[in-house]
Amino acid sequence: MDYYLQILSNVGIFITLTLSLNLINGYCGQFSLGHAGFWGVGAYASAVYGVFFALPIDPTLNMIIAVSIGFLAAALCGLLIGIPCLRLKGDYLAIATIGFSEILRIIIMNTESIGGPRGFTAIPKWTNAYWVWGMVVLTTIFMLNLKRSAFGRAIISIREDEIAAETMGINLFRYKLFAFIIGAGIAGIAGSLVAHDQQFLHPNNFSFMWSVSILVMVILGGQGSVTGSIVGAIILTILPEVLKLIGSDISTWRVSIYAALMIILMLTRPQGIFGPYELFEKKRMQKGRA
Amino acid sequence: MTTPALLNIDNVTMRFGGLTAVKNVTISVGKTDLVAVIGPNGAGKTTLFNTITGIYSPTEGSVTLDGQKISAKKASDITKLGIARTFQNIRLFNNLSVIDNIRIARHTRINYSFFDGIFKTKKYRQEEKLITEESLKLLELFHLADKKDLLAKNLPYGAQRKLEMARALATRPKLLLLDEPAAGMNPTETKELSELIHFIRDQFQIAVILIEHDMNLVMGIAEKIFVLDYGNLIAEGAAKDIQNNPKVIEAYLGADIDTGH
Amino acid sequence: MSQDTIYFFWDCLQYLINGIAQGSLYAIVALGYTMVYGIIRLVNFAHGEFLMLGAFCGYFALRFQLPMPVAILASMIGAGIVALIVERFLYRPIRGEGRIPALITAIGASLFFQYTGQLVFGADPKTIPPVFTEVIYNFGEVNVSNIQVFIFGLTLFILFFLWWLTHFTKIGVAMRATSFNLKAAELMGINTNKIIAFTFFLGAALAGLAGILMGYTMSVDPMMGMSLGLKAFVAAVVGGIGIIPGAAIGGFILGIAENMVAGLYKSSFRDGVSFFILIIILLIKPSGILGKNVKEKV
Repeated sequence: MDYYLQILSNVGIFITLTLSLNLINGYCGQFSLGHAGFWGVGAYASAVYGVFFALPIDPTLNMIIAVSIGFLAAALCGLLIGIPCLRLKGDYLAIATIGFSEILRIIIMNTESIGGPRGFTAIPKWTNAYWVWGMVVLTTIFMLNLKRSAFGRAIISIREDEIAAETMGINLFRYKLFAFIIGAGIAGIAGSLVAHDQQFLHPNNFSFMWSVSILVMVILGGQGSVTGSIVGAIILTILPEVLKLIGSDISTWRVSIYAALMIILMLTRPQGIFGPYELFEKKRMQKGRA
Repeated sequence: MTTPALLNIDNVTMRFGGLTAVKNVTISVGKTDLVAVIGPNGAGKTTLFNTITGIYSPTEGSVTLDGQKISAKKASDITKLGIARTFQNIRLFNNLSVIDNIRIARHTRINYSFFDGIFKTKKYRQEEKLITEESLKLLELFHLADKKDLLAKNLPYGAQRKLEMARALATRPKLLLLDEPAAGMNPTETKELSELIHFIRDQFQIAVILIEHDMNLVMGIAEKIFVLDYGNLIAEGAAKDIQNNPKVIEAYLGADIDTGH
Repeated sequence: MSQDTIYFFWDCLQYLINGIAQGSLYAIVALGYTMVYGIIRLVNFAHGEFLMLGAFCGYFALRFQLPMPVAILASMIGAGIVALIVERFLYRPIRGEGRIPALITAIGASLFFQYTGQLVFGADPKTIPPVFTEVIYNFGEVNVSNIQVFIFGLTLFILFFLWWLTHFTKIGVAMRATSFNLKAAELMGINTNKIIAFTFFLGAALAGLAGILMGYTMSVDPMMGMSLGLKAFVAAVVGGIGIIPGAAIGGFILGIAENMVAGLYKSSFRDGVSFFILIIILLIKPSGILGKNVKEKV
């Protein structure tokens, strides 16, 4: 039972992470390769609150504070990276976000008070899979409603054509930064949920490899699609567990299979399962009927 | 014939490194003028558009709209002040529906807040309903309403050009810049286009500047023509004067060896 | 000056020399990165893996008792062939599809080689038995080894070679033309596919060379390409991506900065230095030290 609850919780966490990266990568078309770094910032920040500064109040209230701290810490990091990088065209954001997550990992490794390379232990248990799934529902609604509002449309138009978007009166930098900060912040929330659910954090759980995993989930589902992000996250979180069941031989090939999958996907269906559309949305558009 | 001035381009120069793409150009356009900028390839026409719309900021000189200086402003702010444009190589939001292309152009006039959008408040619903209605009306004017849910990239070429114009108009400009609207069109389509441009000017009461290579179109509709060559404004005037201007003929047919520069 | 201050300066000088030697390796890797970026605007994340596979080719050549020059050649050609295969079957089919599919394919290729490498070669680092006798020259309190001098000299030679290649040979001029404008180069009758493949081969061969040198001075393992590849990319960005001398300058800056930080502060911060420098460069001059700002054509 515990095992399945753990998987359920993991699936929820990865759906939240994938949806938040989808805002940056799928909606706005910006290429971030350090999403696990924002996840880590949120996790460590709210764990620091839980271990050192927790107020003697109800765990639920404490969890709300922890989630807010996770959001703010990650969003702040997003702001600091976004300001220099989002003004630039090209692949600078990708590299700077990798750099950020690596610097973060090195800082955590070298900070003894939060466990350093041994990992951060004894984090209070304030949350469970139900909280996680509550967050999944909220994030999904947020993303869908955003997509259908003028603000979401402005962000998506940047992905489609920056220069045309600008001549529509859309301030590119402001909207890119907005998408980046909110995406980072939501990843931070996912981090605080992990911290207070699993009660243990290790810097390697937020490495480059995990940023890539989240990105692959977005791409498998279809960049820009909320449905796609959810499906992508479910498939790729459960797949390794299934591989484990089939046998340890295949399980050792996990990352190689993952990588091969990425390449095959790009060569055969770069738009992912759903493309930028939601479930059933595409057929409607091709026929041109509302 | 000319109406009170709307746009003043005053001694604008645009340099890229050693290359001067636009040299000391001064142009004035009235509130409901329909004018054309012509010139051989590489004469600096599109660069001039880019300096007006804020994609580049001019190296020297200034651009004013309604008496307000716009030449150091961001492109998005200039749109807010009332200049819209189309592009030589169509730039639509390809993976979005036709109507969403129009909706996005309403961006500068959105009246609800971010939180209204996320919580789908009454204000949001009312405003979105209004946006959809207005966008549909605009699409009807361009005979695109029946294609409203198609993806922009799936439209035929001529319809894409029309959609780009409709999208530009949805920003409610005072001045519309059209960059080679007739490129790739056959004579029938070009004729329709010239009627459409007239119609836009009369219906919306705005000024229109177009860059065009199709001389039939230009001579047919432009009330005034500006001729650029190597970045210099070499002539301006009505169609008839331009046709007989020796400098213009020289620019198009090449310099005479004896008098050449 | 007190004795301590004098020793401090000797230490700094030593770190500077170690930094230049290490920076030479970064520079060699960064050159390949920058050439590939210059020609098809792709951040080739698999470049570090070309280096790793090259290093393994050299390692096996030495295991089979082949002499060092043959092992170096094996590294360079091995890495080059891997690059040719990756370019032909992964990058070329999606060249027109835009930036993000290409980047993801590159990351996929990189991860595939890293993790498959661990399963095939084993994850443990493999050391190469010494072939040269290391000679240490003393200058005051500073030590310089003959291997350091060799690597530095080699880097200068490679830089000179690339300058000659791109300016005075037919293929080099074609490379510059292709990087300036691929479509136009094609119209001029240049076989751009061939030029791109050649650039990949050349860049990977340099990576293979750096790989065997790294392997010789430290060890060979399937993950060696990852951090080295990222750092080399940072070096290329710092110097100005797409600019050949820029890559060398960036490499030296990174090598020196890392050694200074590791020596004077804390060696566990060594790997963070490059990214710190990257963020500073992006703030001050995003086009890199030798870069020019270009405007997008509308």
